[in-house]
This record gives sequence, structure tokens and C-alpha cells, in this order.
Amino acid sequence: MAAVRRWRPWALVVLLVLLAVLPWGVSAYIVGVLTVAYYFAVYAMSWDLLFGFAGEVNFGPTFLIGLGAYAASLLDIHRWPVPLCVLVGAAAAVVGGAALAVPALRLRGPYFGLVTLVAVLVLQQVIVIFAGITGGEIGLSVPDVLAVDANPNYWYALAFMVASGGILVTLSRSPVGLILQASGQDATETAALGFNVAKHKVAAFCVSAFFSGLSGAMVVFYEGTVSVGSVIDLALGVQVIIAAVLGGRRTIYGAALGAIFLILANELLRPLGQLNTFVVAAVALIVILFFPNGFMGILGRAGERS
Amino acid sequence: MLALQILIDGFAISALYGLGAIGFTLIFGVSGVLNLSHGGIMVIAAIAAWAIAGDLHAGTYIGSAAGVLIGLIAALVTYGLVVRPIQRSRAIPRDETEIFVLTGTLLWGIMIQEAVAYFFTDNPVTVVPLISGVATIGGVRVPYNEIMIAAICWSVIGLLWLLVNRTRAGRALLAASINPRGLTLLGFELSSIYLLVWTIYGVLAGLAGVLLATFLGAGSANIGQLTASAFSIVVLGGLGSVSGSLLAAYVVGYLETLTAYLVAPTLRTIPSLLLLVIVVYLRPQGLLGRR
Repeated sequence: MAAVRRWRPWALVVLLVLLAVLPWGVSAYIVGVLTVAYYFAVYAMSWDLLFGFAGEVNFGPTFLIGLGAYAASLLDIHRWPVPLCVLVGAAAAVVGGAALAVPALRLRGPYFGLVTLVAVLVLQQVIVIFAGITGGEIGLSVPDVLAVDANPNYWYALAFMVASGGILVTLSRSPVGLILQASGQDATETAALGFNVAKHKVAAFCVSAFFSGLSGAMVVFYEGTVSVGSVIDLALGVQVIIAAVLGGRRTIYGAALGAIFLILANELLRPLGQLNTFVVAAVALIVILFFPNGFMGILGRAGERS
Repeated sequence: MLALQILIDGFAISALYGLGAIGFTLIFGVSGVLNLSHGGIMVIAAIAAWAIAGDLHAGTYIGSAAGVLIGLIAALVTYGLVVRPIQRSRAIPRDETEIFVLTGTLLWGIMIQEAVAYFFTDNPVTVVPLISGVATIGGVRVPYNEIMIAAICWSVIGLLWLLVNRTRAGRALLAASINPRGLTLLGFELSSIYLLVWTIYGVLAGLAGVLLATFLGAGSANIGQLTASAFSIVVLGGLGSVSGSLLAAYVVGYLETLTAYLVAPTLRTIPSLLLLVIVVYLRPQGLLGRR
């Protein structure tokens, strides 16, 4: 974190400008990959708010993502306007997230994680059972998309990631973020200091749900389709968690970095064929074993040395 | 007829679930580790048994034994390469070890899954059962293999019970799950106890994997499902409680069999998932959990 603060703000601005003009310099293929990576980064950042700050391990980020994505696509099929679909999708994720979190946060440690994990499995089964409405395992295609061309889609995704990231970072550094961090580390003491731990944690869960759902809904209108495999599958949730831990937990920025790295690495290693996931998992494992603070930890250490 | 069929099939499946889950719960009880590469280790054992029995023409007995052995090796490698370094790392804060172990073993499980898929494809393999033939019990046809699986599972569970309750090493293991610090004060080396529990775990997981492959088949595509079902059985029974896991294995096994026979095979996992949600909300420590 210290390293991040030492980075002069203009470095961030330059980086963002570079990212914004990138589509004119690289192929449409790379633009497409990065678009996906940016949405994925929002998943990872919202997960990090919950884990890094509130100290709660959510094994079911895809429960929230999936709720947002499916709510948005079902409304779009009934010809609701796209912005409204996206907002209602995010709202659905918040409602579902709150329904999950309010009872579940009474539980500690692995039990909370388990409830969130089971929530994903249940949602997956519900979608398969009500295949008549949800398209089941095949999924749905939605009639609208955000934009037809790759470049506007890229800018939508970039703007969305920057805005969400900005809000999440601000939130995490605000007094609320401090209280969250305190309750994540020692809930009893935080409560003794007069803060309502449960309320803050539920609020954190709702914020996390909001951005996950929003991002899930946006992805639907980028891809034009939604399916269990693309937004709910446990494998996706696992990748979100890996991205956040890989980038460096408790940093928000790190989660985005880890997410973009993960997606890019998957693409770069595509020539390896089947072994590509193996290599990505191995790299992530090595980083976790030797640099538990992730990329941000490595960057921070390099910053201190120089 | 149908009732008897469900009773018999459910019994064998549940025994297998129980065997798979006991090792999982044992490691959690003793060392607080949730091993999310569990399914991977089971499938490695199954694939090894299949490859050695078939490709190397070693026969089904040697193949099965070798499969269990390789499952044990895989478990020990998991401990030595992934879990232990995380537990001993100074850079990881104590209270975050849990999530690191979870993430680490999860990644390891993915690596196993991909490696198995690469070398052996993701088609499930079926190991030739140790004994063939079909018995008829009360008009229901039951493969001898199914009876043997139930028998092996229960003998192993019985042996485990004897080991834990009747031997010195086993009692130390039990003590470690209750109060590890007290045990170190008595002069026991915790790391050798951990090694023992991982060894037991490896044998149980290897055996469960090989037996599963003779019964339902096993392949890299099942790894996630196997881990998830062991995890949910263990939580349903109470993390760390061996008898709870056994009880939960039977509840889940019979619920699934009942659903498969009476409702539809595609819905077989749903009732147990719902039960799990209800139990976790109402009684988060599980059926027989201690906390």
C-alpha cells in the first residue's frame, strides 16, 4: 500500500490515458481480451473488498455475478431498456446477496464460506431446473448488446472498471473501510469500541454484491449471451479468488492487476493447449507460496529497495 | 423390491462416501486444514490403478494396491509441497493461514485435474472389480463388487477406530485435535502427528478413489464434484467429527439414491444440497460437531 501511495498520481493518469488510447495501437483481438479482463477485474476487486477488508471469505462470487447476469438478461428478453436491465441486475445481486449475508454472517470462518459455496451450487441447479425460462445448461442469448464494434465495448469496460475501482478504493480508505478492516481482524474488540460489526459487514457484502452484479450484467450485454458456464460456474469463482489473492489481497488495485494478469496469461499460454490452465495454476501457486502478498507485495518491496 | 434395492445401493454408495470423507474430516480435526485437492488425490489413485492394471498388464489386484499406494504418495506430496510450506511461512499471518491453505490446495487440485486430463484425457476410467459376479438378495440383483465395497469400507473404518482409540499414536492424534498445545507440552512432536494423519488420509483417499473407479468410474472431470461432495458431507456431519461424517455420508447417500430412484436421476444432488443449507443455517456446527 505504501508503495502505491508513493506512486505519483500522474503515473496513474498516464497509465489510464495509455489504456484509453490502446485500441488504436493493437489488434482487435487484444482489445477483446482486455475487455473481458476489465470486467473480470471488477469481480476480483469486489471480492477483495469483502475478503481483504471485511475478512470474510466468499466462495460464491459467482452467485452474485450470476444473479446480476441472469436478472439482466431475463428482463432484456422482455424488451426492457439496457441501462435499466443492468441496474435491476445489480439490484437483484444486492437483494440476493443481502438475503444470503444477513443469516450467513452469524457464522464464522469456513462455515460462511461454505454457505456461499452452496449458494452457487443451488443457483446453478435452479437455473437448470427452470430451463424453460432460463435456457438451462445451454443458456440464453439476449437481443441487445452494448455496442457492435470492439473499440466502444473496450471503452465501456475500461470506464466501468476505473469507476468501480475508484469507488471501491475510496470506500476501502474511508473510515468505513477502516472499521471493516478492524472488524475483519478482531470483531470482538471492534464491537467493544462501539461499532456495529454486523451492519458494516452486511453493508460490505451489499457493496460487493452491487459491483459483482453490475459487472455480471454488463458482461451479458458485451457477450450477447449468458450461460451457467460463463457467469455461475464454480471454476469462474475460483478464478476470481485466485486473481485477488495473486494480485495482493487488501489492496483493491492488486485484485484488478491479478485479474488482468490471469486473463492475459490464459491467452498468451493458449499455444500450450490443454496445459495452459496447469501452467497458470502453477504460477499462481508459486506466487502464493513465495510471495503471499502477491504482485502488490512484490511491487512494494521493489519500491522500498529503490 | 424397490425399497430393498434402494436400501442396498444406498448402503454401498454411502459407505464409499463415508470412506472418502473421513480422511478429509480427520485432517481438518487434527491440523485445521481443509484440503481442496481431495478429489484430485482420489482420482490420481483411481487413474493409477486403471493404468497399472490395464496398460502395464499387472492385473487388477496389483493395480488396485498400486493405486492406493500412489494415492498415499499424492497425499504426502500435497502435504510436503503445498500445505506445510504455507503453514510454516513467516510471511503469511497466522489468522490468514486458512485461506492460503484453501487457495493453495485449490490451485494444486486444478493442477492435478489438468495434468490428469492431459495425460489420460478427461474420460472417466473404470477399474475392473476385484471380484466379479452377481448375487441375488431377496430378489434384488447385487454385484459382488458392491458388497465387497461396503465390506472393505466398513473394515477400514473399524481399523481406523481401533487405531485412534486403542493405540498410543492414535490417542496422540485424538489429543492433537482437542488441544495441540497441551500435546506439545507433553513432549509430542506435532509435525510427526501431522505426518501420521496425512498418511492415514492418503490411504483412505486412495482406497476410496480406487473403489469408486470399480463402482461408478472416475476421471478428471469428476474432481471438483468429488471435492465438493466430501466437503459438504463433512460440514453436514460437523467439521472434524468422524462419526458425524459417517452419519452425514449415510444421510447424503440415501437421500441421493432415493431421489435418483423415486424422482429423477438428474436431480439427485438437490435434496442433499438443500438439507446442507438448512443445517448450516440452523446448526452451523453440523449434526455432530463439537463447536
